[in-house]
Amino acid sequence: MSDSQFNLEEIDRLIQSMKKAAKTAAEQAESFPAVKKNVDRILASIKMLEINISDIITLDDE
Amino acid sequence: MTDGPVYWNPVLETYPLEKIRVLQLKKFNKIFQWAYDNSKFHRKLYHEAGVGPDDIRTLEDIQTIPKVDKSAMQDIQRKDPFPYGDALCVPLEEVTEYRQTSGTTGQPVYQPDTWQDWEWWSESWAYLLWAQGYRPHDRVFIPFGYNVFVAFWAGHYGAEKIGCEVVPGGVLDTRARILKIQELNATAMMGTPTYILGMADTAVNEMNLDPSQLTISKITCAGEPGASIPSTKRRIEEAWGAKVYDHAGATEIGAWSYECLEQPGGMHVNEALFLVEIEDIETGEIIEKPGRRGKMIITAFDRQAQPCIRFDSKDIIEWDANSCSCGRTFRLIKDGVVGRADDITKVKGVLFAPSAVEDVVRGLDGLGNEYELQIDTVDSREQISLQVELMPEAETRRETIEAELSDQLRLKTNLRYDLKFRKYGELPRYQVKANRFKDNRNNL
Repeated sequence: MSDSQFNLEEIDRLIQSMKKAAKTAAEQAESFPAVKKNVDRILASIKMLEINISDIITLDDE
Repeated sequence: MTDGPVYWNPVLETYPLEKIRVLQLKKFNKIFQWAYDNSKFHRKLYHEAGVGPDDIRTLEDIQTIPKVDKSAMQDIQRKDPFPYGDALCVPLEEVTEYRQTSGTTGQPVYQPDTWQDWEWWSESWAYLLWAQGYRPHDRVFIPFGYNVFVAFWAGHYGAEKIGCEVVPGGVLDTRARILKIQELNATAMMGTPTYILGMADTAVNEMNLDPSQLTISKITCAGEPGASIPSTKRRIEEAWGAKVYDHAGATEIGAWSYECLEQPGGMHVNEALFLVEIEDIETGEIIEKPGRRGKMIITAFDRQAQPCIRFDSKDIIEWDANSCSCGRTFRLIKDGVVGRADDITKVKGVLFAPSAVEDVVRGLDGLGNEYELQIDTVDSREQISLQVELMPEAETRRETIEAELSDQLRLKTNLRYDLKFRKYGELPRYQVKANRFKDNRNNL
C-alpha cells in the first residue's frame, strides 16, 4: 500500500480549510457557548485528521 | 469476518520504516518543545540535565533526555494547579477528563486529559480495534465497571469511533453481563484476561451455560500480559469459542501496542503515535536490535495536557526480528509484554519472571485458571511456593499432574517449588487485575 493511491495533498488542503472555517466560527462566537464549545470538539477531531494526514504531508515537504 | 479496508490508516501503517523514523523525530521535537514551554516540571527537569529542544537533532540525541517514572509523577501531584501539579501543560479549565492509575504500586497518579487528548485516546484504540477486525457491524460488550480507572473507557470510545454499537456493561454483576451478551447477541468483548476467564468460569459453574455457544467471536484483552501467554490465550479462546487479541496500554501512556488479525506471535507498536525505546535493565544501554529483552521507555507524541515523554514504563519487551504478513510496517515486539521490571527478580540466584509460571500452570489439563505464587525467606533460605487448584475431574490424576507441573516449572524457570494443591474454588478470584505474586523477602 502506498500513499500514491490517495491524494494526500488534496485531503490536507480540505483539512486546513475546515480548520480555518472552524476557527473563524469560534472567533465570531466567543460569547456563544453552543458554538464555541462545539467548535472546540470539531477542532479536536480535525487534530486527529492532521495526525493521520497532515503530519505526513509536512514531512514530505521538508 | 473482516470487511472493508484492511488498515485504519493505510498510509501510516504501511509507511517505510525509514520515513517513520523521520516522522518520529519531528513529532518528538514537537512534544518536547511543548512540554518545555508549558510545564514547569519538565522545564526544570531538562534544565537540570542541561538539555533543551535545540539539542535534539537525531533519534540518538533523545537518549540524553531524562526519563520520568511513576514515582516522579506521584511526587509532584496533589499540589497546585490542584491536583495535577507542575506537569500540567494547559489551563485547568481545558481539562475535560479525569482518570487515575490503580495505585497498586503506591499512590495513584492522576491523569488529566483535554478533549483533544481524549479524541487521541480513542484514535489510538481505533487503530488497534480495526487491526483486530472490529467493524461497524460489531456489537461490542464492555464488562467493565466504568469508574476512575481508564481501563476500557478509551476502548469504548475507540469502538464508537469505528462505528461499532457499544453496550456498556457497567454496574451489572458477572451473571447479568453474561445474560446481556446472550440477550443481545454481542459479537465482541474487551476485558482483562483474569476477568474474561472468570466470566467463563461463572457461566459454566454457576449458570450451566457454555460461553462458547454465545455469539462472541473476538475478545480484546488488556491490563495484564495473559493474552500473550500462549496457554492463557488458549484457555480463553477455548472457553469462549472466540479469537483473543492482546493489547498493551497504560493510563499515563495511551494504547501503544496491539496484536493484529495475523497474530504473528507478537504485538505491533503504533510507531505513528509513539516512540518506543528498549533499555537494558542493568547497563541502561538502548537496545536497537532484536534478541535482547529490556524495559520500555516510551513517548506519546500527541498527548498534551500531561505529556508522556521518555516514560519509564517498566514493561519488559523485546524487538522481534520478523515482520508481519499483515503488511503493517510498525515493528513487532516479540511475545508481547512479557513482564514487569519490578516483578522480575532473582530467586536463588536465578532470574525469575512470574509470567513463565502462568504459562506452565495454564498449559496443564486438570489445573484451574487460578494460582498463587509466593517467595519467602525461611531459615535464611529463599523458598518459592506455588498454590494451584486441581479440577474435580482430575482428582484421580493428581500424582501425574504434580510430577508434570514440577518438571515443567523446573524446565521453564530453573527453580524448584513447594507445590500446594487446593480444591477448585479455594484460591482468590480477581475482578479486574490479579495480584497472584507476593514477594515477602523484604518484609522481614
